[in-house]
Amino acid sequence: MAGQTLLSLEHLSTHYVSQQGTRVVRAVDDVTLALGAGETLGIVGESGSGKTTLALTMMRLLPPAAHIVSGRMMFEGEDLLKKSDEEMRRVRGKRIAMILQDPMASLNPLFSIGNQVAEPIRVHEGASPRTAWQRAVQLLKSVRIASPETRVSQFPHEMSGGMRQRIVGAIGISCEPRLLIADEPTTSLDLTIQAQYLNLLRDLQREHGLALIFITHNLGIVAKMCDQLAVMYAGRVVEQGPVSRIFNAPTHPYTKALLGSIPRMTDGGERLTAIEGQPPDLANLPVGCAFAPRCPSVMTRCRAEAPPEFKTEPGRSARCWLAEPLALRSSAA
Amino acid sequence: MKQYILRRIGYSLLSLFLLSLTIFLFVRVTGDPVALLTEPGASQEDIEAMHRQFGLDQPLWVQYWHFVASFITGDFGQSFYYRTPVLDLYFQRLPNSLLLAAVAMVLSLVIGIPSGILAAVRVDGFWDSAGKLFALLGLSLPQFWVGLVLILVFSVSLGWLPSSGSGTVWHLLMPAFTLGWYFAAAHMRLTRSSMLEVLGSEYIKLARLKGLPEALVIGKHALKNALIPVITLAGINLVVMINVAVIVETVFAWPGIGRLLYEGVTFRDFPVVQAVVVIGGSMIILVNLLIDILYALIDPRIRLES
Amino acid sequence: MTVITPPETTIAPAIRTPRPTAFWRLKGFPLIPVLILVFIALVAIFADVLAPYDPTIGSLARRFRPPFWQEGGSMAYLLGTDHVGRDVLSRLIYGARVSMVVGITAVLVAGGIGTLLGILSGYLGGWADQVVMRLTDTWLALPALTFAIFLAAIVGPSELNIILILGLVYWTRYARVIRGEVLSLKQREFVRLAIVAGCSSRTIMWRHILPNVINSAVVLATLMLGVVIVTEASLSFLGVGVPPPKPAWGLMMADGKKGLLVGYWWLTVMPGLCIMLMVLSANLLGDWLRVKLDPQLRQL
Repeated sequence: MAGQTLLSLEHLSTHYVSQQGTRVVRAVDDVTLALGAGETLGIVGESGSGKTTLALTMMRLLPPAAHIVSGRMMFEGEDLLKKSDEEMRRVRGKRIAMILQDPMASLNPLFSIGNQVAEPIRVHEGASPRTAWQRAVQLLKSVRIASPETRVSQFPHEMSGGMRQRIVGAIGISCEPRLLIADEPTTSLDLTIQAQYLNLLRDLQREHGLALIFITHNLGIVAKMCDQLAVMYAGRVVEQGPVSRIFNAPTHPYTKALLGSIPRMTDGGERLTAIEGQPPDLANLPVGCAFAPRCPSVMTRCRAEAPPEFKTEPGRSARCWLAEPLALRSSAA
Repeated sequence: MKQYILRRIGYSLLSLFLLSLTIFLFVRVTGDPVALLTEPGASQEDIEAMHRQFGLDQPLWVQYWHFVASFITGDFGQSFYYRTPVLDLYFQRLPNSLLLAAVAMVLSLVIGIPSGILAAVRVDGFWDSAGKLFALLGLSLPQFWVGLVLILVFSVSLGWLPSSGSGTVWHLLMPAFTLGWYFAAAHMRLTRSSMLEVLGSEYIKLARLKGLPEALVIGKHALKNALIPVITLAGINLVVMINVAVIVETVFAWPGIGRLLYEGVTFRDFPVVQAVVVIGGSMIILVNLLIDILYALIDPRIRLES
Repeated sequence: MTVITPPETTIAPAIRTPRPTAFWRLKGFPLIPVLILVFIALVAIFADVLAPYDPTIGSLARRFRPPFWQEGGSMAYLLGTDHVGRDVLSRLIYGARVSMVVGITAVLVAGGIGTLLGILSGYLGGWADQVVMRLTDTWLALPALTFAIFLAAIVGPSELNIILILGLVYWTRYARVIRGEVLSLKQREFVRLAIVAGCSSRTIMWRHILPNVINSAVVLATLMLGVVIVTEASLSFLGVGVPPPKPAWGLMMADGKKGLLVGYWWLTVMPGLCIMLMVLSANLLGDWLRVKLDPQLRQL
């Protein structure tokens, strides 16, 4: 891993509990992940696999029904779960920033672009309105918005989708965070603009030494952008490790299926639909491995007992009984 | 957009036409126009003069034309009771109604908006339940009941406030509160639901992700968006308030339009009743039109649609 | 990295199992309001048996008697007597009959007209729709009470007239909602099939549309009951409602108003309490039904 560990999640679980307390959805279940400073981690999985809940768990901004039930979330040496709400608020936008999926809806229609970009600077750094405004202009320039001096006082409805997404990016980096989480930031953009935006994010990452978590269902983007990869299925990380290692030799049958389903040589927005069967009901998971009903290499054991996380090489692991023979000594808990 | 505004104006004109037609038909067909439009105890000559004046022997559409033409020229007839033109009476009373409506509106917003915000922010909490009860009572309790209980408490028992009449600020308090409660409940409900909708939006999520303090998220990002429909409703309600204060003005003997309507009914002064209904209905149709046009001018989405 | 530490924090959410429920124990079932409405209905039906005195006959010799617990009151007139010496309790009991009869019939009249026109307007579309909807818009612009007063001034007050007036004033509320429902029903498969199968418009409206909008009509009727009762009481209060000597609650309050300032509080407070209880109960029941029966009306 490059540099020191910036973020490490240890056995993190987030569950949704229905109002009567009778239905529990394990949206994030026993997730252990680590990310070094300046690294890029891709989190992939089908919709409903818990990617977004994991991101919101890291920001500690979950809907009221969701509860972080266990685990630790170490960031820059501190457990974010132990922070008070007020302390956590000062981390958000300042140390960890997040970009949402929908650029059209993420900007407030009633405030100018400059107002919204300058806001985190004013709140977190106590900058004067004038300084913050000037910084906003620079930020717009750095996300390559033409004539930022005029754009800064315009309103969201006067911008195109690609521009708005870049403005949301500018808000994300406004306080020079150490970690930026991007939740499917390109799904609603068309292909050329997607590519431009990804290049922009990569440049920003280099310039600012950001660590980046990229949540996507697009393996093409992962191949292009990421160092590390975590594959999620039914709330669990089923395989993780360096992107090149996983792409060359995937361990988990689900990862194999995902890699098999991507069209070659595209950055395109193809959805991962080529795997047979339905994603499981998270409130009603099978006893054994959650992927067993759809798995081509399923064994009897898989239906009875869920596999633990096996370390197969340094920095690499898989939750699959097939990985057991490859496991390093004393890895399974 | 021009097309949209023209269409809205067209609808409003149609509504005004239907309003006048409705009133006309009810008076001429359902009731006995001669009995309604002549003074009680009028002589035979007076009645015949009335027949000629209104052309009651002519075909209905001619009668309708006279009827509308007189309204358009501002002729609502003579009050039997006050013996002055009805329109003069109306304008004499209007300022009082406006004053009452304005104070009631301020009260309703001062109560309705903060409690609506509180209910939405603490949804299903204590304040939400308290707010729901307040709204339920406001929308269910008959105004004459609220008014009389207020009189019983503040005038009869405590002796703090005058029970009726006008002239001082003290006279205004109870009628304004009685009228305002109903609207406070309506404004609270709308603020709450509109606030809840806004709080679920992506830009509020982003505002929280930026690490803004909750006060700023609610007070700046959510509030401004949530208040747009509330202010719109308040604009319409201000005009509605002028026209629905019959009960309040009767209970507290407040000399406004509502009281005029009550007097019109009690003294069998039909021209007065008719004028209050026609002018009130027209006012509400026109303010709806005005609000729609303002919306079209402000909101870029409507502008683009047409 | 190979050492995996056990989870440190465990905040297990409370997990409860569901209980079987009887209908009156359903979440939020407004038991007390329903009991109050049933009670008022029974009082209205058995008014002749329950009322201790004739509500229309009094004697000036025993006017303004206070309720029994106040000084000067007696058990003979539990809730006191009014300005012409009539027994307040008996008048309240007969007043329940007026409110119930006028309220329920007026809601049925309004519901009948509104549902019929709503279905015609929504299903037929075109001209019929335009006419009904423009008329609805226009009539909705008139404040209900003002409109009702105007009509009462034309036709003169009687119990039947009040019912018709309230029906005329409130049908528009039904028409608008029902029309909306019909528009969405028209897109549904079973209605399309019926059209393809060659059913006549009348059959479709009667057999396929009407049964599907009844739920909404019932919810609206319950919500409207409270509104209609208040309007009826307001008309009586203003002297253009059910004519005296019939004991309507609103009229009792208007009569009692003059006595309020000299301390005859029971003449206004008692009928006021009755109206309040009835209207609140109807509204609570209506709110509950709206959420239970008809999710589409939730935002109403």
